[in-house]
Amino acid sequence: MTLDIVQMVLVTVLAAATPLILAGIGELVAERSGVLNLGVEGMMIFGAAVSFAVAMQTGSTVLGALGGAGAGLLLAALFGILTVGLAANQVASGLSLTILGLGLSGLVGANYVGIKRDPAPHLAIPGLTDLPGIGHLVFGQDGFVYAAVALVAAVSWFLWRTRAGLMLRAIGDDHVATHALGLKVRRVRFLSVLFGGACAGLGGAYLALAYTPFWSPGMTAGRGWIALALVVFASWRPLRVAAGALLFGGATVLQLHAQAAGLGLPGQFLSALPYLATILALVLLSLGQRQGGSLAPAALGRVFTPSR
Amino acid sequence: MGRMLTGLGGALLRGALLGAALAVGAGSAVAADKLKVGFVYVGPVADFGYSYQHDLSRKALAAAMPDKVETTFLENVPEADSERSIEKLARSGAGLIFTTSFGFMEPTLKVAKKFPKVKFAHATGYKRSDNVATYSARFYEGRYVCGKIAGKLSRSGTVGYIASFPIPEVVSGINAFMLGAQSVNPNIKIKIVWVNTWFDPGKEAEAAKALLAQGADILTQHTDSAAPLQEAEKQGKLAFGQSSDQFRFAPKAQLTSITDDWNGYVIAQAKAVLDGTWKSGDTWGGIKDGMVVLAPFTNMPDDVKAMAEETSTAIAAGKLHPFTGPVVKQDGTLAVKEGDTAPDPMILGMNWYVKGIDDKLTQ
Amino acid sequence: MRLDLVPRTRRAPVLDILSPALAFAAAVVIGGVMVAALGVSPADAFVTYFVAPLSEVWSLQEIALKAAPLALIATGLAFCYRANLWNIGAEGHFVVGGLAGGWVGVATHGAAGFTLWVLPAMLVAGALAGAAYALIPAVLKVRLGVSEILTSLMLVYVAQLLLDYMVRGPLRDPAGYNFPQSVGFDAAARLPYLMEGETLHAGVLIAFLAVALAAVVLAHTLFGFEVRVVGASPRAARFAGFSDARLTLSVFAISGGAAGLAGIVEVAGKIGQLQPEISPGYGFTAIIVAFLGRLSPPGILVAALVIALTTIGGEGAQIDLKLPLDLTRAFQGLLLGLVLGADVFARYHVRLVPGGPSGRPAS
Repeated sequence: MTLDIVQMVLVTVLAAATPLILAGIGELVAERSGVLNLGVEGMMIFGAAVSFAVAMQTGSTVLGALGGAGAGLLLAALFGILTVGLAANQVASGLSLTILGLGLSGLVGANYVGIKRDPAPHLAIPGLTDLPGIGHLVFGQDGFVYAAVALVAAVSWFLWRTRAGLMLRAIGDDHVATHALGLKVRRVRFLSVLFGGACAGLGGAYLALAYTPFWSPGMTAGRGWIALALVVFASWRPLRVAAGALLFGGATVLQLHAQAAGLGLPGQFLSALPYLATILALVLLSLGQRQGGSLAPAALGRVFTPSR
Repeated sequence: MGRMLTGLGGALLRGALLGAALAVGAGSAVAADKLKVGFVYVGPVADFGYSYQHDLSRKALAAAMPDKVETTFLENVPEADSERSIEKLARSGAGLIFTTSFGFMEPTLKVAKKFPKVKFAHATGYKRSDNVATYSARFYEGRYVCGKIAGKLSRSGTVGYIASFPIPEVVSGINAFMLGAQSVNPNIKIKIVWVNTWFDPGKEAEAAKALLAQGADILTQHTDSAAPLQEAEKQGKLAFGQSSDQFRFAPKAQLTSITDDWNGYVIAQAKAVLDGTWKSGDTWGGIKDGMVVLAPFTNMPDDVKAMAEETSTAIAAGKLHPFTGPVVKQDGTLAVKEGDTAPDPMILGMNWYVKGIDDKLTQ
Repeated sequence: MRLDLVPRTRRAPVLDILSPALAFAAAVVIGGVMVAALGVSPADAFVTYFVAPLSEVWSLQEIALKAAPLALIATGLAFCYRANLWNIGAEGHFVVGGLAGGWVGVATHGAAGFTLWVLPAMLVAGALAGAAYALIPAVLKVRLGVSEILTSLMLVYVAQLLLDYMVRGPLRDPAGYNFPQSVGFDAAARLPYLMEGETLHAGVLIAFLAVALAAVVLAHTLFGFEVRVVGASPRAARFAGFSDARLTLSVFAISGGAAGLAGIVEVAGKIGQLQPEISPGYGFTAIIVAFLGRLSPPGILVAALVIALTTIGGEGAQIDLKLPLDLTRAFQGLLLGLVLGADVFARYHVRLVPGGPSGRPAS
């Protein structure tokens, strides 16, 4: 393979990983604060529909992306009211959110079927973008990809280098003790859930505005679920969410390349590879760690009620 | 606000009363002379592909006979759960029901047995009964024309094929495409990617990228979204659309699109039911019948366009059959003798590749 | 202002019923507004959605048929969730159970002589295969500490692709024109209908018996006690000498077995053959059912019936009122969310405290 093909594959992998990174990094923050939101798929698809609608109405990709993030945030707010405010079960509420999001996305998107938009512009810096080997990979992506990279760095910095981030993680590990210390458990959790929703909505917006720039019902095709799994895969660490998304995206893209190259294995087996590869990678990582106990935030999925 | 709530409360009360009345009177026939025509779709009507095209025929039917028919549909019906949906349509008074996906075959037959007076038309299946007819389109005819265009236009000599599931309809499409391409360029190569989905824009785009990266300069697809076309457009390559005319998604890349047009069939079936002349049977229409329609030939030189039009006309006139012998299988055995054409059952059950294709099929 | 929630020492039975009823009413009001916005009478919508499905013998049977697999899977899942294990892979266990049991049905196709054993063998194979498949994430969790959330979910997709491969390859009906489906099962491999000419089959009885059995196990056996203690207080369980590992394996096996049994019941009951898709997402919907039913078998039964009712009502709304599927889906999501939220009144004393910092020191 020439350097150009390698670069082209890497560009594809990065693009395939971007929606997973965006949605995953948001869910990571929510889960770090102790809230498990299984509604990522619903927030993502609603974000995709709204972003496309807003972009069509305003003609602006940026406003569209913001609209998508806002749509995800809105659904997340509903989820937050239920689970953080009213102490409802998180797993069931998240799944209801998925159903609601799928329905709402169809209603919003109904008027935008079969309409195309130009994809979000790619960065092009004369000289740099044309650098052989890495030019397009580093200097030729669209804004969403850079946003995803920046978000991973920012969340990583926030969670481990700031006081607020420390608080957030502490709340996710023990809401009773942190509450006793006077931390605002419910407020922090609600904000974390909102952040998660906005990121999921942005991930959906990426699909509808940049990756395959049109609206179509069900276009997220399960990516929200994969993003959820990647948070677990990453042991709730931001950099590993990105690594997991690249691994999953990479396995998906490589199996398609393997087919195009005429490998001759059953398509179903190759299609199953990304899932198997993710499990295998996690097993290998666990073998390497050899330590007991779970890495999950200890209070993940547990209901918190302040009084008493 | 207060008034709105009272209004709703009243409405709910009325609803409850009405429900009681309905429960008592359930089963009484709906007084209507109109023929109720139901459609069951496997995807959302907004897929802008297969189900969308079928829904266009429903709308065409409603527009053609507004006083005589009333149409209704169920979308996104899972194949595993379709028997109830079909029966629900039959129970709600439908006189003619179109079940539009292969997976609905057995459920359609089961429901049809229970409702002998209701007529059913099932798409792409092969089992019929007194009140179940089948219909499908000879998509392979359109794919043969596309293959010829690709054979002429490909500079790299490699065409990328995005395939959904290895069923005969898809396999015969690949073969017809290859035979068409080989007829103008014997050395043409096809790279096939199976994406195991009918519809996943992201994955289809990834497949398109993989094929283009591996040297294909023309794409064709047997999946439903416009994503591969858009990818071709973005990279300045060419592509064929699928199911509906997707020109607007790729005005510089789309060569043509193989579109399904069910209007004629659907309207004819409804007329036959109204006239009392409906009979079960199989309809397998092609370019001639207007069931397979090639979108305008674009983005190609005039001589290629002329060749494509000529080919299409010849197929429609019955002068040209895509599977005209000698057709040689991948393993070298002769499938169709020189001078013969492949019989319909062979095409309907095709699970082998013609010579020149590198991919392997699960046997 | 802030909301204070004080846990009730015991659940209030009146509120247990009143809170979902209030949530239901709220959802109906909001849904009524949505429907009215689309120009449809809210009263008609209410009748079509909630009353009509309950007023026909046929649709009552369909509700039971749809609720049965949901209740069975959800009851199995309740064991996992009570032990704080996040198994979200029931869809995969369902598919593998259907595949394994169906395999027996395909292998015995056309067998002569004594065939009474076939159906029991299918059911056992389905349950065992589901359990075995569920043990993969359980073993990985116990042995290596790999999170079950990820493995159970990823294995869903693998199971679906495995089924897809099998029905397109080894288990394909040789006389089926190479379409992806197995032979239709013999009568000996089908669950018998409970009444002549109706749709209700014996699988519904099997499912409800299994749910009853689970209720007894959970409430009256040492094992059930163990599950409940581990969920409520992992530390106390450890003091009592309960083994985490053994419990993890047991509850996963139970949940996988239940889902596998549901899978083969669906295949041997409603479907009658193997095909690429055998579940309309039962394994995922059952997760909601489990929690709506508060992880108790009787509650789960009620929740499953409610979900089945809204699905079938939604179909009626599509057909009779031409309401879009997306609207009925959004309504379903809204209804579920409100019911879950309203549960707060049954579990807590809810107080709105004016002013004040959010959270006084714990007493």
